Amino acid sequence: MLSIDCPQCGPRDHTEFSYGGDARVQRPAADCDDPTVWHDYVYARENPRGVHHELWQHSQGCRSWLELQRHTVTHEITQVRLAVGGSVSGGSR
Amino acid sequence: MIEQPFRLATGGLVDRAQAIDFVYNGTYYKGYQGDSLASALLANGERVLARSFKYHRPRGVFSAGPEEPSALLTVGWGTRREPNALATLQPLYDGLVASSQNCWPSPRFDLGAVNSWFAPLLSAGFYYKTFMWPGHSAWMRFEKIIRKAAGMGEASRAPDPDIYRKSHAFCDVLVVGAGPAGLMAAEAAADTGARVWLVDEQPRLGGQLNRETELIDGLDGHDWAARRVARLQKNDAVTVLANTTVFAAYDNMSFGLVERCGVLQHKPETRQRLWMLRASRVIYATGAIERPLLFADNDRPGVMQANAVRSYNNQYGVSCGHRTLLYTNNDSAYQTAVDLCSSGQAVVGVVDVRAQINPDLAQQMHELGVPVKLATAVQRAKGRQVVAGAELIALDGSGAAVSTVDCDCIAVSGGWSPNVQLHSMVAGMPGFDADLVAMLSRQLPAAYQSVGACSGSYCLQACLEQGALAGASAGDSLGFSGQAAAGFSGQPAAVPMAGKHTLSAVEAFWQPPSAKGKQFVDLQHDVCRSDIAQAHSEGFQSVEHLKRYTTLGMAGDQGRSSNLNALALMAEHRGVEISAVGSTSSRPPVSPVALGVFGGLERGQHFRPYRRSPMQAWHDARGAVLQEAGLWRRPQYYPIGGESLEEAYRREAAHVRQKVGIVDVSSLGKIQINGPDSAEFLHRVYVNNWLKLPVGKARYGVMLREDGMVLDDGTTSRWGEHDYLMTTTTANAGAVMLHLEHLLQVVWPDLRVRISSVTEQWAGMAVAGPNSRELLQACVTGLDLSNESFPFMAVAEAQIGEVPVRLLRISFSGELAYEVYAPANHGQSVWEAIMRAGEIHDIMPYGTEALGALRIEKGHVTGNELDGRTTLGDVGMAAMANQNKDFIGRMLMRREGLVATDRPVLSGFKSVDPSEPLQAGAILLRGAEAEVEAEKLGHISSVTFSPALGQHIALGFLQQARQRTGDRLYAVYPLRDHAVEVEVCEPCFLDPEGGRTRA
Repeated sequence: MLSIDCPQCGPRDHTEFSYGGDARVQRPAADCDDPTVWHDYVYARENPRGVHHELWQHSQGCRSWLELQRHTVTHEITQVRLAVGGSVSGGSR
Repeated sequence: MIEQPFRLATGGLVDRAQAIDFVYNGTYYKGYQGDSLASALLANGERVLARSFKYHRPRGVFSAGPEEPSALLTVGWGTRREPNALATLQPLYDGLVASSQNCWPSPRFDLGAVNSWFAPLLSAGFYYKTFMWPGHSAWMRFEKIIRKAAGMGEASRAPDPDIYRKSHAFCDVLVVGAGPAGLMAAEAAADTGARVWLVDEQPRLGGQLNRETELIDGLDGHDWAARRVARLQKNDAVTVLANTTVFAAYDNMSFGLVERCGVLQHKPETRQRLWMLRASRVIYATGAIERPLLFADNDRPGVMQANAVRSYNNQYGVSCGHRTLLYTNNDSAYQTAVDLCSSGQAVVGVVDVRAQINPDLAQQMHELGVPVKLATAVQRAKGRQVVAGAELIALDGSGAAVSTVDCDCIAVSGGWSPNVQLHSMVAGMPGFDADLVAMLSRQLPAAYQSVGACSGSYCLQACLEQGALAGASAGDSLGFSGQAAAGFSGQPAAVPMAGKHTLSAVEAFWQPPSAKGKQFVDLQHDVCRSDIAQAHSEGFQSVEHLKRYTTLGMAGDQGRSSNLNALALMAEHRGVEISAVGSTSSRPPVSPVALGVFGGLERGQHFRPYRRSPMQAWHDARGAVLQEAGLWRRPQYYPIGGESLEEAYRREAAHVRQKVGIVDVSSLGKIQINGPDSAEFLHRVYVNNWLKLPVGKARYGVMLREDGMVLDDGTTSRWGEHDYLMTTTTANAGAVMLHLEHLLQVVWPDLRVRISSVTEQWAGMAVAGPNSRELLQACVTGLDLSNESFPFMAVAEAQIGEVPVRLLRISFSGELAYEVYAPANHGQSVWEAIMRAGEIHDIMPYGTEALGALRIEKGHVTGNELDGRTTLGDVGMAAMANQNKDFIGRMLMRREGLVATDRPVLSGFKSVDPSEPLQAGAILLRGAEAEVEAEKLGHISSVTFSPALGQHIALGFLQQARQRTGDRLYAVYPLRDHAVEVEVCEPCFLDPEGGRTRA
């Protein structure tokens, strides 16, 4: 059972959260028409043995999307922050 | 009959003043307060308690703890019977009812022993091989007999009436195991001021101290332990749990504990409690268990762990036999001989495989008059049902003749195995330590410590010192430094003085001399030495293969007493070191956990509580038949008289087309969208245009996933400059909300938009049918509903009675229709107001079945069509997308495979015989007999009887559907052997121009 230290709510069991995938993928620019770029955005993912930057939503809590640094071997979570630059759009506060 | 013939006259920690009555296999017995079920049965001379899993051999008590492989009983009766309870762990209580399992009519005389006749066929891998027998039918015949006879206890087949609970808790330091090391660790940690949990799976805390004779600070070990426990229990910062197993060490330092709080009653208030405990530090003091040595017929009742024999003698005051033989490869068994002698028991000798032993031990045995045979092994246990003697063989290679010893108990010690299951859940596989002849876990992360016997320390003084050090350092590392609760020292705990006696000079002894008779490695799963040889010769040599091929270590005891013996045997077969064979890793649970405890109180309706519409009371009063839709229960139809579903929905749907009906749509997802960039946001979320939707209008929209598949559809209406209300399908409400939140928080954080789910704030109802305008105008105030003032897709606020409502002129049925949204707590009063106003218009409530019939007639898609595999083009809405803007899914919807012209697309179907019903999921083929996989052209997704057309119709997906209009195909359902001839038609069956909607 992971413990995720939500910046809004404090440490909570991971069962309150929904996994949201790789936090490092960036949606291509609105005018990008290269299908391979879009393909990579949707499908291509790193599968690191080590630190992984990933999104979790506190879906049973404040509904914030969070960015975690989790070690995929030890599950150690070294950083939790709001998903975008510390300001949450659509967050509860 | 003498009462408790094997109870010693004195001694033990049982309370002889408190006799306890219990029932075993229908007979009353007496035991004492403090007994385990096993000790009470042994005291009464009951030695054959069970029959073995595969061969139905007689089995008795082997251990005195949680590692017990044999003495598994069913405790309780009726619906509260618990199978496979460990007699060694079950405390005795007044009125306890226990029974043997896997035997009939009794464990002594068991007809199931028929399986031992099949023994040659039941060796390792028998199940795999028998499938390949040439005479397969013979196996099919015997298989039934063997299966019926093999097994363990049976659960009650009725629902479990007991209450199980779940709790979450936090602590600073968790100490697992309340033996000498654990007690010291808990005390030292508590003295720093840390919040401590001390957990032990035995009913009586103290672990090995309850069996030891060594003194601590001049006190008996059990007395010292009891005083420590009492002191800890006085400290509010300390939680002490007995009868509690830490069955799992999960990630991020969370632990699964099961507290058997109801273990002392047949009908407890709570049977068990699951604790999910988070600790900042953990100290494992889980102890070690004694391994057996192998010899032929080593499963006979009366063959026991030496330390177990000692436990029954010292802790329970019970004799395990009148003439005990000790058999060992290490020093610890001699302590059993000493204790048996001092309580007046006859020890017929010590058989030691070692050629030399410590002279002090030899002297001690000499003084006690116990003969010691060195360099000798037990070759075989004699006796048909229980031990009646032992055959010994010299190991000096002289080929000396076999000698026989008369005994009724063989107490065996093959060395000690540290309990490292919890360790290995975080540290990976344990490694073999050749000096200790044991698997040890040496690479624990910093927050975990291992002390005492589970770390390979068998000296009592060392256990106490390690515990004290670990507890203090755990507290210190968390920043506690003596801020202890009042009355507690705040000083480092003084380590008490105890003996420095230690287990020494264990000599590995894995390959006993072979003798006629089975040598059991895994007692619980009946895996023999010969099975391991066979696994090796057949190539199943890796430890994982060995385990799966022989089922070794896969029983409830997880092979605690058997794994190392098996690994050593395999190592010898392979000619490698034990360390090269490896070890299997432990996964949760360490010991079996009742499923009920994971469910807790979340069972039955509480497992999946349902969501109630604000109008639910009205539907119930009206006798609606409810249908599950996710967590909702929606009225499916409102039967009149004894109407069937078919009759009711046809009546309701027809009535909507002719007059007017009302349906509860509260379960639709509703999302309020606010902010200056709301229009831009919708424009990017939906495939169609949203920048120019005026205030007071609604629009239908479809949203895709980024991979180009349709996610959901619905209408969104604009109520103010920066104020929108989105509706989603019932099924996708949660997914859409999550999707939008992700987009706003992660992808487009620059958009100034706020969204919130208002599904439960609004009651929703659709009023549909030619009379709907007239009806609503009669009860709505503040709004002119005429076509000119309130045309199709208009929205406005108004009032019904005193209640402010939102009206949307949108239609799912294809009729003139309005959706009315009212604040949830006024939902029922608004519904009732509409019903009253509708009386003169003959209003009729309709359910989801009629709703479905109406939308299928109109070719509107729902979840059956938008199943996550369909594109915008598949559902005939490709033209809706504005390719000149960015929206989610824009690029990937254009992928080659998604725009292929042979993709099945939305189409309508009529059964050629109008009275023949169609089935959703049917495959579309040219002929009723065509090959399904090779020739399928599509499938049927939604079916109904259309009252308007007077026949059965369907929606589905068909290749080249538009070119096939008018063609005849077959809708085939091979699993039900069902085929219907259908005619292909347009997906909209009724009023394709939409004149009725816009009327």
